[in-house]
Amino acid sequence: MTTKVLAIDDSRTIRNLLRVSLEGAGFEYHSACDGVEGVEQFADVEPDVVITDINMPNMDGFGVIETLRNGPNRTTVPIIVLTTESGADLKARARTAGATGWIVKPFDDSSLVSVLRRLTGHVV
Amino acid sequence: MSTNSIRDTFFEECEELLEALVEGLSAMEENAEDMDVVNAVFRAVHSIKGGAGAFALDRLVSFAHTFETVMDKVRSHELKVDEELMLLFHRSGDQLADLVEAARDDREPNAESEATILKELEAHLGDADREEAFSFDAVTLDFDAAPMPIDLPEPEPTLRRFDIRFHPTPMLYANGHEPLLLFDALAELGTLTVQADLSHLPEFDAFDPNDAVIDWQLSLETSEDETVLHEIFEFVDALCDLEISVRDEDAPAPMPPEESPAPPEAAEPVTETAAPVVAKTTEPPEAKTPPKQSAPRDEPRGPRPTLRVDLERVDRLINTVGELIINQAMISQRIEELELPAVAHLTNELEAYKLLARDIQEGVMAIRAQPVKPLFQRMSRIVREASEATGKKAKLVTVGDSTEVDKTVIERLADPLTHMVRNAVDHGLEPPAKREDAGKDPVGAIRLSASHRSGSVFIEIADDGAGLNRARILEKAIEKGLVSPEAELSEQEIDNLLFLPGFSTAAEVSNLSGRGVGMDVVKNAVAALGGRVSIASVPGSGTTFTIVLPLTLAVMDGFVISISDQTMVIPIASIIETIRPNRKDLHCIGTDGQVISVRGSYVPIVDVARNLGLSGGETTTGSGVLLLVSTESQGLTALRVGAIHDQRQVVIKSLESNYGAIPGVSAATILGDGKIALILDPDELVKLNPAAPFLPLASTPRLELRHA
Repeated sequence: MTTKVLAIDDSRTIRNLLRVSLEGAGFEYHSACDGVEGVEQFADVEPDVVITDINMPNMDGFGVIETLRNGPNRTTVPIIVLTTESGADLKARARTAGATGWIVKPFDDSSLVSVLRRLTGHVV
Repeated sequence: MSTNSIRDTFFEECEELLEALVEGLSAMEENAEDMDVVNAVFRAVHSIKGGAGAFALDRLVSFAHTFETVMDKVRSHELKVDEELMLLFHRSGDQLADLVEAARDDREPNAESEATILKELEAHLGDADREEAFSFDAVTLDFDAAPMPIDLPEPEPTLRRFDIRFHPTPMLYANGHEPLLLFDALAELGTLTVQADLSHLPEFDAFDPNDAVIDWQLSLETSEDETVLHEIFEFVDALCDLEISVRDEDAPAPMPPEESPAPPEAAEPVTETAAPVVAKTTEPPEAKTPPKQSAPRDEPRGPRPTLRVDLERVDRLINTVGELIINQAMISQRIEELELPAVAHLTNELEAYKLLARDIQEGVMAIRAQPVKPLFQRMSRIVREASEATGKKAKLVTVGDSTEVDKTVIERLADPLTHMVRNAVDHGLEPPAKREDAGKDPVGAIRLSASHRSGSVFIEIADDGAGLNRARILEKAIEKGLVSPEAELSEQEIDNLLFLPGFSTAAEVSNLSGRGVGMDVVKNAVAALGGRVSIASVPGSGTTFTIVLPLTLAVMDGFVISISDQTMVIPIASIIETIRPNRKDLHCIGTDGQVISVRGSYVPIVDVARNLGLSGGETTTGSGVLLLVSTESQGLTALRVGAIHDQRQVVIKSLESNYGAIPGVSAATILGDGKIALILDPDELVKLNPAAPFLPLASTPRLELRHA
């Protein structure tokens, strides 16, 4: 079984980095470049885990989490916030919105994979 | 995808982000209250920071962070944008661009300005923000230093027993957590026993699938520190009641098997039956619908979908299209030679072929075309820096920045344009006080405009300064021995002195423009692109430099002409008018000079064959055709050629790599009959001295006579 990841980030660089890390760790990688597209893709891809940036055009990360958690297709799939900020209030806000966990940028491969593994049970 | 190419993408993306940043800042200048604009600026800086962090570009990260923090204050209305702050933002944008460039080229950025700007930015921050900036780095480092343990720990003698009471809230499940996975993570640290407390389990009728009804009692024997345990529970911290305690047994208590009735696996069935929400996420994916697309998608869905193509492929295509056009010309020629009876549809088809070839060619050229906008945007920085350095006030106005120009042209235009814009501020604009005296706005305007006109690209750099000081220019030129003191020059000729090598008008070399680069370098750079520069200046109201460039560097429209017994091509763009001379309009001057009167003014005639050193020439008065061209060195000139045969599109084939620069000839092309024809450069042509070595022997004695 492969674990499907949907990464939502407006930065091509970050998407590329995620792709390399995740495909290398055996995940099936999908991506979207803003919140609106992310929510659309979610319905198409049916991922096992979502990674989302916070600062994005059209719909930000909080919007993504709230839509996925409370929208018509509400889901309990793990949603990981990818953020440059590590402030407690941001984490609290993300958690209130329904985020499962967070990864602080810059991330290194092993911590990213271990977080994903812990939240999805993916076997490397 | 290698790390290097990801790095390349990062810098490519940075360029786009920096463009968006400059654009956003300009928009902020119009309306700093528009939160969409402020957000866009914030995001641009933020994204640069995010990417830079991944490549450990610490300086870039910390500068972007400070910049972003100030911008965030604008976003939250804590900080009001005034003129001064706006300027600081612009400068910060420039500095960010510098840092990105430095990081890309692996060189040291300008530390001095970085420190100054950082200090100014920090002045807008409260103590709390500065603290945050500090902790930002600290936390990042922490995270890197302590990756989550994945491997089983080495068995060490100091085993400790932790008792963990874990009581999730419904929110824990709703947020996508799975207790089983947490237990798995704990099990990796040592020996784990799990006991589920089912005492809160309701009757089946009263069962709420969204409620959290199971508590767990765990016992972990591990050599790991307690903080490692807390790290595992990091994400669920506020979503559960959690108690972790160390059992007071100093001795490594061996775990009696009867004390652990539930091995770790035992937790699984319990969770699955008791918490359907959890069970759903562990449902094997085989049961789900197969993935709709197997290939991973990473195509950004922007407002306009784009395709990244290797430039080399495009150039190869352009080359092939060039061959196609030559081939089309050859076919036309062959058909003509067959002297077939007029077959209407053959002619029609051929015409259609011609049009299609041209369409393809234009389409391919459009791939290489790029808007001048990024180039123009870069100039705003130059204006800012130049005005800072000179103490003048200047603003940049751009017009037509969506005008598209060949990519190579844009790249090679950057340096000349930078120089001209710098000059415009440094030499063109007057100091603010002087401007006010003259009743002008103390803030000078540099106007940069681009447009397409009759198959050429026009780029104008205009200032609203005092205009060229022609007396001073002439004086300087005489002083430098560039013109003789007796020479009587027209205004245009004086203006053109600026383009002479080694000419500098600044009374003293300013620290800005005086870098040993003169307008001659600008002129040469533009000429290398097949274009030309001209000056128009009105005393008191400013100077305009106009750069005229061909739309493409690969194909051009030309007249096929005969000179002596040679077939050559002359660019149509340079020809103002063709004249079949009337004998009465021709006048002789001196021994062999000739002029023609065109609507009342006398225009010198240059015999192309003679200037190129071809024997014969069209010396017989009245024969041949005159092409009126405008040249920089002697203004309006009539070029005498044998005849005009055709007007057609020709593919430019450079000669320079094989033959070096040939005076009077810019390139070559292949004609329909497969013959090679030289493409003439009128500007250089008229400058050729007929007395040069090309001169046919026959006319040499005449010249000696003249000298005698």
